[in-house]
Amino acid sequence: MNDEILRVENLSRHFRVGGFRHGGTLHATDEVSFVVARGEIVALVGESGSGKSTIARVLAGLYPPSSGSITFEGKLLGKKSSRAVRGKMPMVFQDPFGSINPVLRVGHSLARSLKLHRPELDKDAREAEAITLVERVGLLPGAEVLRRYPHELSGGQRQRLGFAQALASRPSLILADEPVSMLDVSIRIGLLNVMRELRSSEGVSLLYITHDLASARYVADRMIVLYAGRVVEQGLTQEVIASPQHPYTRLLMATAPDPRLPLPADTDVADLGEPPKVINPGPGCRFAPRCPLAMDVCRSQTPTPVFLSATQSVSCFAVEKESHVS
Amino acid sequence: MSQAILQVRDLRVEYETASGPAHAVEFVSFDLHPGEFLAIVGESGCGKSTLLFSIAQLLTYPASTVGGQVLFEGRDLSSMGAEELRQLRWRDISVVMQSAMNALNPTISIGAQLADTCRAHTDWDDRKIAERSAEVLAMVSIDAAHLNSFPFQLSGGMRQRAMIAMALILNPKLVIMDEPTSALDVVAQRSLMRQVEDLRRELGFAVLFVTHDMSVVSHFSDRLAVMYAGEIVELGKTRDVFDRPRHPYANGLMDAFPSLVGEPRELVGIAGNPPSLVNPPVGCLFAARCPHATERCHTTRPELLPVDGHLVRCHLVASGEL
Repeated sequence: MNDEILRVENLSRHFRVGGFRHGGTLHATDEVSFVVARGEIVALVGESGSGKSTIARVLAGLYPPSSGSITFEGKLLGKKSSRAVRGKMPMVFQDPFGSINPVLRVGHSLARSLKLHRPELDKDAREAEAITLVERVGLLPGAEVLRRYPHELSGGQRQRLGFAQALASRPSLILADEPVSMLDVSIRIGLLNVMRELRSSEGVSLLYITHDLASARYVADRMIVLYAGRVVEQGLTQEVIASPQHPYTRLLMATAPDPRLPLPADTDVADLGEPPKVINPGPGCRFAPRCPLAMDVCRSQTPTPVFLSATQSVSCFAVEKESHVS
Repeated sequence: MSQAILQVRDLRVEYETASGPAHAVEFVSFDLHPGEFLAIVGESGCGKSTLLFSIAQLLTYPASTVGGQVLFEGRDLSSMGAEELRQLRWRDISVVMQSAMNALNPTISIGAQLADTCRAHTDWDDRKIAERSAEVLAMVSIDAAHLNSFPFQLSGGMRQRAMIAMALILNPKLVIMDEPTSALDVVAQRSLMRQVEDLRRELGFAVLFVTHDMSVVSHFSDRLAVMYAGEIVELGKTRDVFDRPRHPYANGLMDAFPSLVGEPRELVGIAGNPPSLVNPPVGCLFAARCPHATERCHTTRPELLPVDGHLVRCHLVASGEL
């Protein structure tokens, strides 16, 4: 594919936990593979502990991968990512209060990004560029915003600033790690709209990491559902939402609170379990202990992705069996 | 309707700040009936947690209740002394705090913490305490074997359920919950809400529930109060408020979160930020962000008035213009 911008293959990241003798290996992500195309918004959806942030951090070069490969803009990334790569694939963090230096004016942090990533600009050009950047994310008037200190901005404004900063290096892919989950409901949608606008006006791709299926549906073209470090289902957003195939995706859909829907019957969401600890996981599907469809094979073998359409794939023996029968 | 168990009348809370008092809660009034589930929703800084703390008489400096009354079964809580309040707490009113899962003492077993509560408020013997502890854990679907477990051995959802078990151990008439689900995943959140609902049906306690995420309570609460900048702007039956929000702020909130059903459509959210609570505007507190605001909205503060079974604080709704 020509317009492919990021290809992740069999990416795993493990952490050593506990002591020397009794310690274990925590499998934060295991054999994750996916592709992001140019100008596409892809959502990584999962509960806490599903490994979604770990993937973003590995992509951003904050941790090296334990195994697997990352190809970005046609080049295989090494263990250490260069400044050029980081500039092309910046990250927007979850906490808008912890990710901006509080003692420096807004303009300073932006100017610094520009200095590092776009050294060809002189001082005046940098200033002009900084104003364009903040105005592009809806912070108006730009010149005045740049003179403010972070504490003078609200959470939503700070998070917009995070996107402006990410834009400074003319990225091709922005890693957005739960960018709206700490914001108030009425502010969130504005930021989601900023993400959509950036995609259409700048042609930038976004990897949107979230636990909120509804917001993923709102912004994303494709959706990747993670459970306990593995991809359980991926496909076009409308496919996954209209016909979720994996039992875990179905559980997520059934439990997502939506005031517009009647409350689903008790039996739909009787599940009281929680995601497993992924320290020294055994073989088998990690969802099997909670799965209503679990069979013997689910506990002994790890399911591999089965394509149900050109775009939708699911890793589940039960679904596989059913699709063979029908 | 039966006599209200909790009556809140014109409650006002202020925070002392360097630039003068911040009006965190302004003239909040409502009744809560036995066995009723009232949800209070609002965004951060709207005063919803402050309101709960004021009702539970737990405010500490720099916050203080500066006006109004809180009547529990007709008795004024604010005029009670520490000992009188102690008698009431846990037995009649219990509180489940935000991130309650971190409120458990990490060095003591769950059973010992439940027993502590019982010893402080009852004269039960050890056997009775053990029996009741196992019983309340079973109510929240935790195996009695976990009485000997330490908090770190339980998952987040289980710890949160253990806190709810602790709140119910003396069979209170009112349980106050401050965002008990906000640290949980959607799956755990749903099962916790369902459990609270089942227990309320079974045991008949009233619930006062505060949250920023109104979709959490949409299927569970009887009535819903929407707060903005310290005031209740709309109060009505939960279903009605969701289906037909009248106040422009409530309306904006309902339209601010994406859905999993229906045609995908553009959403806009609410532009702007909440007003300063230290120097609040003279008119309607929402006027600056309101798409319908008129001259009068900027000059006169609206009252909370009944409109088709809701209480709504808006000039335009009251006069039928909206």
